[in-house]
Amino acid sequence: MRLCRVLGNVVATVKHPAYIGHKLLIVQQVDGDGNDVGASFLAVDTVQAGPGDRVLVMSEGNGVRQILAIGDRVPIRSLIVGIVDQVDVAQVDVEPVGS
Amino acid sequence: MYLGRVIGTVVAERIAAGLEGAKLLLVQPLDDRLAESGPIQVAVDTVQSGPQDLVYLVGSREAALALDPFFVPVDAAIVGIVDQVHAPERRSERPPRGAR
Repeated sequence: MRLCRVLGNVVATVKHPAYIGHKLLIVQQVDGDGNDVGASFLAVDTVQAGPGDRVLVMSEGNGVRQILAIGDRVPIRSLIVGIVDQVDVAQVDVEPVGS
Repeated sequence: MYLGRVIGTVVAERIAAGLEGAKLLLVQPLDDRLAESGPIQVAVDTVQSGPQDLVYLVGSREAALALDPFFVPVDAAIVGIVDQVHAPERRSERPPRGAR
């Protein structure tokens, strides 16, 4: 699962039936310090997250189908499964290999 | 899932079994600022979208699940037509490019 920040939302009227009734948010993956990593993408929300929230995003179709439980033919790949309260990053000194 | 802009259509006379009759569109993937993000790709349409439409797509194996029959060889499917993108939390500088 990936740690992400919610950037905003996407509104669509015409959509695949599996997306009806689900909120679609734009998320940006972040590292432990909150810095952006990679490109933003879209994820379906299951936890009432909103813009600015730090969230946990699962990007795996089988897990999505288990959680949504709306059948086995659900074309949804990314799902927001948690709102993150706190992240602690341990400061560990790692010796570079070969030094 | 990701945003994209439909920029054209693709017609294939010979196509893999299961994809007969599927509408193929040429799509430019976009980021949260609607700036181009990565190379153009071909996606199968499930929502009757057309050129110039702002859409969202699902990739990988889940793309095939948008179709009927669903065991078909596609890796990108258009699953919604976007009315509005509202992204108040994006930062002003351009985000770094990378794998989605």
